[in-house]
Amino acid sequence: MKIVVMCGIGLGTSAILKVNTERALERLDIAASVLATDVAGVRAAAADAQVILTSSELVNAIGKTNADVIVINNYFDVDELVVKLDIALGS
Amino acid sequence: MSLPHLPLDAITIGAHADDWPAAITAAGDALVRSGAATSAYTERMIEVIREFGAYIVIAPGLALAHARPGADVLTDGLCVVTLVEPVTFGHPHNDPVSVIVGLAVAGADDHLQFVAELANVFNDPTVIPALAGATNAEFVKSVFERTAS
Repeated sequence: MKIVVMCGIGLGTSAILKVNTERALERLDIAASVLATDVAGVRAAAADAQVILTSSELVNAIGKTNADVIVINNYFDVDELVVKLDIALGS
Repeated sequence: MSLPHLPLDAITIGAHADDWPAAITAAGDALVRSGAATSAYTERMIEVIREFGAYIVIAPGLALAHARPGADVLTDGLCVVTLVEPVTFGHPHNDPVSVIVGLAVAGADDHLQFVAELANVFNDPTVIPALAGATNAEFVKSVFERTAS
């Protein structure tokens, strides 16, 4: 499974989201690769992704995608990530 | 690699900012003062927000000011600015902002571990309010050193 985390320029904020997404996946016992990308690269990066995580500000920049788009409010709140990823990926 | 050194001269307590560009400028000034970047980097941090919006407000009350690596980044650096009066960036959930963490990275490849350490500091939800209420730079420095070690 592939999860894409996206921010405006692909470092800093998306790197924080990547680290905490991996922590949330570990808690959920879900195996997935997490790729950080930017607005310019999201289309290619997310072509085979199941989920895109980003900020509400950037949702419109994603454009058309088959992945589930999840808006994260607090990038440091692993509990928020666990709840939202569980809804999107949990059985 | 751990967090870059957070020198006392990269910490500004109780800055006055009328709007978000002024708040980002205060963070840029701290990076310039501590030798991490030139003032051109400040302009680029502002441009990121003009282009992509307030997504850099990544938690309630906290903005992570940053831009891509460039010639205006002299060395990896971190700064912290607290505001007397919080300012609005235009984020639907996390406004208003009272703490700005400024980040300058010299190369895109070497920042991941560094950012993981930053996540370790801020995954504790008490840290942002504690920083917002800080009355001296030594306290801010101790928060980063305590949690990152």
